[in-house]
Amino acid sequence: MTATDPVLRFESVRKAFGEQVILDDVSLEVPEHSVTVLIGASGSGKSTLLRCANLLEEIDDGAIWLDGEDITDPRVDADAVRRRIGVVFQAYNLFPHLNVLDNITLGPRRVHRVPRAEAERGALELLDRLGLAAKAKEYPDRLSGGQQQRVALVRAIVSEPRVLLLDEITAALDPELVTEVLSVVRDLKEQGRTMVLATHEMAFARDVADQVCFLADGVILERGTSAQVFGDPQHERTRRFLSRLSEAGRL
Amino acid sequence: MSGADVDSESADPVMERGPYAPSERRLAREAYRRSRTRRSALIATASTVAVAAVLFLVVTGSPGWPVTQKTFLSPHYAREALSPVLHGFVLNLELLAVCGPTILVLGLLIAAARTLRGPVFLPLRLLATAYVDFFRGFPLIILLLLIVFGVPALQLQGVTNDPIVLGGTALVINYSAYVAEVYRAGIESVHPSQRAAARSLGLTYTQTMRFVVLPQAIRRVVPALVNDMASLQKDTGLVYVGGAIDAVAAAHIMVASSFNYTPLVVAGLGFVILTIPMTRYADWLTRRTDRRRAQGGIV
Repeated sequence: MTATDPVLRFESVRKAFGEQVILDDVSLEVPEHSVTVLIGASGSGKSTLLRCANLLEEIDDGAIWLDGEDITDPRVDADAVRRRIGVVFQAYNLFPHLNVLDNITLGPRRVHRVPRAEAERGALELLDRLGLAAKAKEYPDRLSGGQQQRVALVRAIVSEPRVLLLDEITAALDPELVTEVLSVVRDLKEQGRTMVLATHEMAFARDVADQVCFLADGVILERGTSAQVFGDPQHERTRRFLSRLSEAGRL
Repeated sequence: MSGADVDSESADPVMERGPYAPSERRLAREAYRRSRTRRSALIATASTVAVAAVLFLVVTGSPGWPVTQKTFLSPHYAREALSPVLHGFVLNLELLAVCGPTILVLGLLIAAARTLRGPVFLPLRLLATAYVDFFRGFPLIILLLLIVFGVPALQLQGVTNDPIVLGGTALVINYSAYVAEVYRAGIESVHPSQRAAARSLGLTYTQTMRFVVLPQAIRRVVPALVNDMASLQKDTGLVYVGGAIDAVAAAHIMVASSFNYTPLVVAGLGFVILTIPMTRYADWLTRRTDRRRAQGGIV
């Protein structure tokens, strides 16, 4: 593996649920320290693509490579793969029976065998950086959506994953909370983390993306830098999608 | 494997490409998965056969086996026992058919009463709690004796002396206390946000329970309820203390005259055969509703 190899690579990925083809021949490379943003209407396959990368769904055809290893090979240990990937879900998916600190340290302690004291030190440090240190002993249901999602972000990055998958993480938040979550994502980009995110926040996407992919009907219709895709979209459907968004005042 | 039956004609209309054909890689993966499935099926079969063979040899090779076999597994007595035991099972099934639904409904009412909020309902809540506390702790066999012999002793006008009806009543009283707690666990496992959402639609407390909380709660406790029903099925045999002849009592009568225990084994197997379909049906029911609602995924 050389330094220029992508961290994550999708190769002709196909996924169908019964008759319905969700992803059709999707190829995509995610270079290290870069941010790839997936945009497109709901149901275009963004979430499925992320779920496939984390092996929450089994792909039907093609392959997904993580650091040069085919993770979709049936011989691969899926748990070992997931250890190297961080995921944040739209609905936070924090564990309601654990407090914030335990939510964050569950993975490090149980999977990575970090001693409790050390795991908690690391978690508190990250929480502190996000201004959440005071909430360490609170239970998720007592936090605001934005706080919950920031905790979920900490939970995803605490074990230093190779790549971070963010699945519409601001979709359930109001604009003010969106800002606080997205500023965390922006910090993560500054730190050089490799990320793939599906989002409807176009302004943010334009701002943070090194690479933008427009998905429609399970196909990457258009891909490029954010200047290319947002400034000069080539495909008719991309133009329509973006113009509808700007009409709605979201761009 | 999922997607194996995908229509290869359903190519994407946007891209002008030929119809989808599985790649070499997919075919190789599927072949590998198939071989793994075959292998694990083979291992499962082999280990099952091996365990069964060892058990068989150990049991039949034991020194007392010939005598044990004659006392517990005699084909002759099994044939003899079949008719009276089956006859007795009719009573067990009747009791189950009447007591089971009664318990499920009564338990639900008690659980609902226990979860009621507001000061107006305090007496009801206290009553339900006391009921559960008392009858869950009270031994079933003593309750049965008290009711089957105590109620007739009162010589009340219009109250039955039938040991089956009284025994069934005792079962209902005891089991509804257990079942109520199962329901309550289910009700409390429904996330508070669900109540919030339902009340925000303007649903009353009762409507919230009826249309939002209980459907989720009951689905979660179906396995536990089936558990209680299977247990009830066996405890229906306890009505024999009042003189009713169920399957176990019928078998017991035969054992008493022949000193051969085979009839009891026959009755025991009968209970197992009755329980299995119930469990499978409940499993199937839960799986079906899960499939309809679940997000999917392979973890």
